[in-house]
Amino acid sequence: MSNNLVIDNLHISVEGQPIIKGLNLAVKQGEIHALMGPNGSGKSTLANALMGHPFYEVDSGEVTFDGEDILGLEPNERARLGLFLAFQYPTAVPGVSMANFLRMAVSAVRAENSNGGETTELIPMREFRRELRDKMKRLGIDESFARRYLNDGFSGGEKKRAEVLQLAMLEPKIAILDETDSGLDIDAVRIVGESVSQLIGSELGVLIITHYPRLLNYIRPEFVHILLDGKIVESGGWELAQLLEDEGYDPIREKYGIAPL
Amino acid sequence: MEAEFIKNPLCAYEVHKGNFSREFVEKISSEQDEPQWMRSLRLDAYKRYQSLPMPHITPDDVWRRTAAMCTQDYWRRTARNMRGLKLEKYQPVALTPNGKLMQSDPVLPNTSAAQVQSNEASGVIAVQDGRVVEHALSKELVRKGVYFADINTALQERSDFVRSYFMTKAVRIDWNSFDALHGAFWQGGFLLHVPKGVVVEIPMHVFIALSEANRADLAHSIIVADDSSQITIVEEQLSADVAAPGLHCGAVEIFVGRNAQVNYAQIQRWNHQVWNFSSQRAIVDRDAEFRWITGALGSRLSKLNQVSVLEGAGCRVDMLGLTFTHARQHIDIHTYQEHKANHTTSDLLYKSVLKNQSQSVWSGMIYVHPEGQHTDAYQKNDNLVLNKRAHADTLPGLEINANEVRCTHGATAGSIDKEQVFYLMSRGLSYDQAEKMIVAGFFEPAMGRIPLVSVRKQLQQSVTDKLAI
Repeated sequence: MSNNLVIDNLHISVEGQPIIKGLNLAVKQGEIHALMGPNGSGKSTLANALMGHPFYEVDSGEVTFDGEDILGLEPNERARLGLFLAFQYPTAVPGVSMANFLRMAVSAVRAENSNGGETTELIPMREFRRELRDKMKRLGIDESFARRYLNDGFSGGEKKRAEVLQLAMLEPKIAILDETDSGLDIDAVRIVGESVSQLIGSELGVLIITHYPRLLNYIRPEFVHILLDGKIVESGGWELAQLLEDEGYDPIREKYGIAPL
Repeated sequence: MEAEFIKNPLCAYEVHKGNFSREFVEKISSEQDEPQWMRSLRLDAYKRYQSLPMPHITPDDVWRRTAAMCTQDYWRRTARNMRGLKLEKYQPVALTPNGKLMQSDPVLPNTSAAQVQSNEASGVIAVQDGRVVEHALSKELVRKGVYFADINTALQERSDFVRSYFMTKAVRIDWNSFDALHGAFWQGGFLLHVPKGVVVEIPMHVFIALSEANRADLAHSIIVADDSSQITIVEEQLSADVAAPGLHCGAVEIFVGRNAQVNYAQIQRWNHQVWNFSSQRAIVDRDAEFRWITGALGSRLSKLNQVSVLEGAGCRVDMLGLTFTHARQHIDIHTYQEHKANHTTSDLLYKSVLKNQSQSVWSGMIYVHPEGQHTDAYQKNDNLVLNKRAHADTLPGLEINANEVRCTHGATAGSIDKEQVFYLMSRGLSYDQAEKMIVAGFFEPAMGRIPLVSVRKQLQQSVTDKLAI
């Protein structure tokens, strides 16, 4: 099977400042990749730009999804192709219940005409409720969650679990987890880690973006990449993550002659 | 008919009073065989109308954001104001060739009896161009002594009752020239009287429609809920013709007796050619609960003054408002929470969404009298501005003359949050769907407090329609 998400020599800048400077990466369904890098290496820029955040400018390079160039697509079109981003800081949308939002999102993503067309048809309520209840149960999320307003007043852990629930409901092909472990205590990291690992299978490819290998104890990646100053400087297996855990980023910074921030 | 001009010493230009003439005041009164006291009230109001300056000519704080301001930078921005209002264009009455009051051909579907039959409504009154076209009331409520009729009929059947409430205690003829105009030319509307202890579970429906071009509607609504009674009234204002110019100059007077519970919802959906003026006042007695629900969606320009008087100790008033303006609409709402007794609670929440080049104004005042000890009053106005050229003004206010009170207020105005849009779009929603969801979420705190499913649905539909334009 060919790769689903292919990033080829990508350059991104923010307010004229180059952040990602020629990045190559390919992820396919069933694979688990970890992209590790210190603060300021461009991790979140990459995640947001891949999802189509208008703030990030792609200067050059190519990103394809199932062979289709996605850089010209709106975020919702990317979502419909099967790309998902679990946000580091999910935005609250007051007044919109989790259930209403999820029903609309699931309906939009699963619509027949998945290529740009807009669906007004919602999936049947009963079918949706059953699926939501099942998935919440599986992830150990209380049912009252569905009635709460989207991320509004959620604790850090609740926000991340809400992201995982969305991941479970939207069933993407490739999910990017942007610092999903940040701001969580040890127990919350374990819960989120175990939840995500439940979802992993041959249908889901994951790109875990993190500066800290904690989450990787629960979701063990087959591929580990190190992002430094906007470029992947090293790729390897699990041993690379362990090396970082033991020694930190300094030896790598030194090796590539990049000053610490 | 003789056109009348009056010269206002405060203004350089003349006001053409046109069809709003004394001749018509008398015509309305005599054609409907009104009691002498009403005729006198009308003529008295007419006199006031002639002597009072139009509020937009000598604007006070309440009117100045809708008036044609001659000073400051305000009117440069306020291209849409009352300068375009030409009262002489509108007719308070239409006459048949032999001089009788004319009834327009009914445009509303005649469903009142069916609505009552199917328990959709306890009673229905439909008024079109100032004349009642439909009326129904459930037999059970008739048996319980509930009175629900248009005021013209009530004047024949219960003249003294009407007299004790009509523009005496709540809305007065002498506040401004629109109230005076209303007092002189009012037609249509309804009187609802719920006797002591009667609980009406199914809402009453009132429809007020304008159909013919250049007609003025001056509907007058009186609700009297006696002690310990319960009632809900849903009033809809609509234009039968999307392009017919019109004028509405209405008054709503509500009296909530001790321990009574009343909900009054008014959904205003005039077309964009209608000038809308409304004076509304509720007087709430001891331990009663009253809820205003205001959906302001239509009209070219609206000026609504809504007053809650918390007259009896321990009473509570909720004031919920949802407004959505688009195109070149201008909606100006002034609210007043007047605490006259101790241990009274008022809670106001007005939510406004603005699109295109529309503008909205909300100004509110919490006024606590020295007798209003232990008042708990709250007011909040939030504005969501969808386009750069739309403009929202929000002016909360407090005036407190008692020393042991809790009064808080808040106001916000902002545009749609781009991060919210991106977040929702990243989950597959189109921009339009995301915007719709954010707007619905914005309205939700007010919408969620509306206890009527039918009203919520109507408002949600209007929001959807407006977003799609």
